[in-house]
Amino acid sequence: MRLIAPLTARLPPALRTPRAGTALAFAAALALPFIGRNGAFTNFLADAGAFVLLALGLNIVVGFAGLLDLGYAAFFAIGSYSYAMLASPQFGIHLPFWVLLFVASAIAAIFGILLGAPTLRLRGDYLAIVTLGFGEIVPQTFLNLSQWTGGPNGIGSLDQPVLFGYRFGFNPLPYYLMVLGLIALAAWLANNLRTSRLGRAWMAIREDELAAAHMGINTTSTKLAAFAMGASFSGLAGCALASKLQLVSPDQFMFNVSVFVLAMLVLGGMGNIPGVIVGSLILSALERFILPQTTNFMHNVGLNVDLTNSRFLIYGVILVTMMLFRPEGLIPSRQRNAELHAGQADRRAAAAEGELLTEVIH
Amino acid sequence: MDVFFQQLINGLSLGGIYALIALGYTMVYGIIELINFAHGDVYTLGTFFSLAILTLLGVDSVVHGPALIGVLAVTILGAMILCGLTGVIIERLAYRRLRNAPKLAPLITAIGMSFILENLMLYWRGPSPVPFPQVIPNPQFALGAVTIQAKQIIVVLLAVVLMVVLQTFVYNTRLGKAMRATAQDKDAAQLMGIDINTTIALTFLIGSALAGAAGFVSGMYYGSTWFFNGFGAGLKAFTAAVLGGIGNLAGAMLGGFLIGLIEAMTTQFISDQWSNVVVFSVLVLVLIFRPSGLLGESLPNKV
Amino acid sequence: MALLTMEGVTQRFGGLTAVDALDFTIEAGSIVAMIGPNGAGKSTAFNLITGIYTPSAGRIAFAGTDITGWATSRIAALGIARTFQNIRLFGFMSAIDNVLTGEHARLHANLVDSLLHTPRQRAEEGAARERALAMLAFVGLEDAVESYARNLAYGVQRRLEIGRALASEPKLLLLDEPAAGMNPSEKRDLVALIRKIRDRGITVFLIEHDMALVMEISERITVLDHGEKIAEGDPAQVRSDPKVIEAYLGSPA
Repeated sequence: MRLIAPLTARLPPALRTPRAGTALAFAAALALPFIGRNGAFTNFLADAGAFVLLALGLNIVVGFAGLLDLGYAAFFAIGSYSYAMLASPQFGIHLPFWVLLFVASAIAAIFGILLGAPTLRLRGDYLAIVTLGFGEIVPQTFLNLSQWTGGPNGIGSLDQPVLFGYRFGFNPLPYYLMVLGLIALAAWLANNLRTSRLGRAWMAIREDELAAAHMGINTTSTKLAAFAMGASFSGLAGCALASKLQLVSPDQFMFNVSVFVLAMLVLGGMGNIPGVIVGSLILSALERFILPQTTNFMHNVGLNVDLTNSRFLIYGVILVTMMLFRPEGLIPSRQRNAELHAGQADRRAAAAEGELLTEVIH
Repeated sequence: MDVFFQQLINGLSLGGIYALIALGYTMVYGIIELINFAHGDVYTLGTFFSLAILTLLGVDSVVHGPALIGVLAVTILGAMILCGLTGVIIERLAYRRLRNAPKLAPLITAIGMSFILENLMLYWRGPSPVPFPQVIPNPQFALGAVTIQAKQIIVVLLAVVLMVVLQTFVYNTRLGKAMRATAQDKDAAQLMGIDINTTIALTFLIGSALAGAAGFVSGMYYGSTWFFNGFGAGLKAFTAAVLGGIGNLAGAMLGGFLIGLIEAMTTQFISDQWSNVVVFSVLVLVLIFRPSGLLGESLPNKV
Repeated sequence: MALLTMEGVTQRFGGLTAVDALDFTIEAGSIVAMIGPNGAGKSTAFNLITGIYTPSAGRIAFAGTDITGWATSRIAALGIARTFQNIRLFGFMSAIDNVLTGEHARLHANLVDSLLHTPRQRAEEGAARERALAMLAFVGLEDAVESYARNLAYGVQRRLEIGRALASEPKLLLLDEPAAGMNPSEKRDLVALIRKIRDRGITVFLIEHDMALVMEISERITVLDHGEKIAEGDPAQVRSDPKVIEAYLGSPA
């Protein structure tokens, strides 16, 4: 908020509400494709938009309910492959895109429940590893079952969406608008969840699971709901992106994708919807524009550095520095800020106490 | 049947490597309840360091005679020391500040650290697999229809020796006792006058050093290395630690050998495409049905 | 009418028997207390009632229903609420959000309602918020509605925890050492609050070490020592029971 406050202070009061902010952001988003000089920018926006959806979904699992999911790309894969198998020459099935949005997100949600049901009673770090295991098993399975999934080459020639007779074609603009609509829907749903009985239950579980149970909160089904909702968002994203790329293959869904999305949350502000959207856009821009263009720039200046080779270093550094110095993210929620910095005050107190103790002993 | 025994031998060698790596995971988890994601990459660093030392010594193939002992000693010790230091530095830089933070924070940091190490190794030796000299002469012994290579014996021998040394250290020395005390109850240990910062650093030192040894062994065994090795091997070694009982040294050793066997058997009798899936499924199943592992105890919650 | 009964309840942790064949009944509408030296098994008894532990032997029944082995959330929904010895508020939620969370079992919004903020959900949330504000006023926290729970003073936190427990409209309220760390003035307020709670028809069961407070407010006291019930009765009976005196002070030389 410190970043934005000086700017918003200059606006007339009517425009300072969150509603106005959202409307402005939406209007700006609609105008964006007309700013870029060529289709490449719109193309980027459409792809980035799918990742915003992923970030919003993971935000429910990690940010709201506090469950660390390190294999989120698995649900993304399930959503994408669901579309690929039901809208392509692969099996000769060609369900309409708009139906498949529901189907893919439902299938992903079901897998979320399948994964979650036996594992959600595990403590946080073990859960993280199990989800990581799942995140490895799923793409590897898609890779191995080649008669159905096309193996390493994946499935191509996927159908393009058709809306009232208008076929989306190869122009990125309709895909972008479709994704923008999905983002608006997802953000609205996520915000509703956050300010509801279920959202409070998630926050309570995140904080103190035992006390939450004493409120009558069925912790298992509540956590399952988080997994299912998060998975359903990535099903949407998978379906949307698959329809745009018209191709799915296992290497789109590896561990680095799961970490990429997690880094978006860490950067932008876990638990905070606008923060997560911003974090997602920044990292997508980094990946698509900033790294390649900075590399070009460096080549032009004579430095033989390939920054695109350094993406893991950069994401790693982002994760480590954010966790060490600004764990609440760039645009934190008030609550998360308090949560993470309370630790510092406690630690200073504990350190002081420790010093006192050692004085007493020696 | 012979194939089975052959894979038994192969599995044990593989298992020795996993066991050494698993020890580091289990020690760190036992003392600060952190899954050190970067540990697998420290293992790969061990291979890279070994390679660098061998190059420095001018070794690019088999070494014969008494010089072999010297080369092995220098390389293994060198790799262990360098990896141990790496582990200590990582702990100091990235994990120490987050000791009292909510559990998600150090785990995410560990992932970031892993990415950083992988990328650094990518810079160092490039994206393709890098050949590793054979170093030891590798006569083969026939035992019935089964072939045992000398290097397989060395792997298992080295693993067992290091484990015995570790076990002795942890259970028979003052420092080892401090480690066990800190693992059981940090605050009480502090009140007893134990410097937990040093104890934790020591734990990382030893765990990472063992990974370094595993790194050398792996390079020599496979004849090559790759910057991304650590990710898969790390996950499997972590599975081993969990299978055996996280926090339990004997468990890590047992788990390591078991996972090695499982991987060898799967590769032979199903296919090597599926061996990863099988191992990770073991991980998922163990965590669901017996999270305390084979040798761990389940402790009740006290409120 | 017996609201809660424990019959032959035993709880063993490995080799330690924390509670030994406890027979215990709470009558509806009363204020009862459980006392005993440290380690006597009192908190274990609480934890057994709210389902944190499943008894090694014996049976627990609440309002005629056998709740032995039930999950904590199910027991809470049935009408038992509690506070904790080391306050377990949701520190990073506001006071009113804590109380709203306490109402969880009495609200009915399902996944669809929460996703879409249906009119019925909005109406329910509005009513819930009204009730939460009233509850905060009832426990004296009307000025702290939006404060983070962890920023509140200790005594205020204790009252908030009670408010949160009451939000689920329980029939039985378990208070685990509610007076711990309180000064005399706060204790007087606590006594008044407990009586107000009982007057609302809620049965109160407390564990407490402050003898004066226990004697003043309880209608019936049960004494535990080493996991066994050693005495039971009204305050006057318990106060003069030689076994109780011995348990607290040790046997005469």
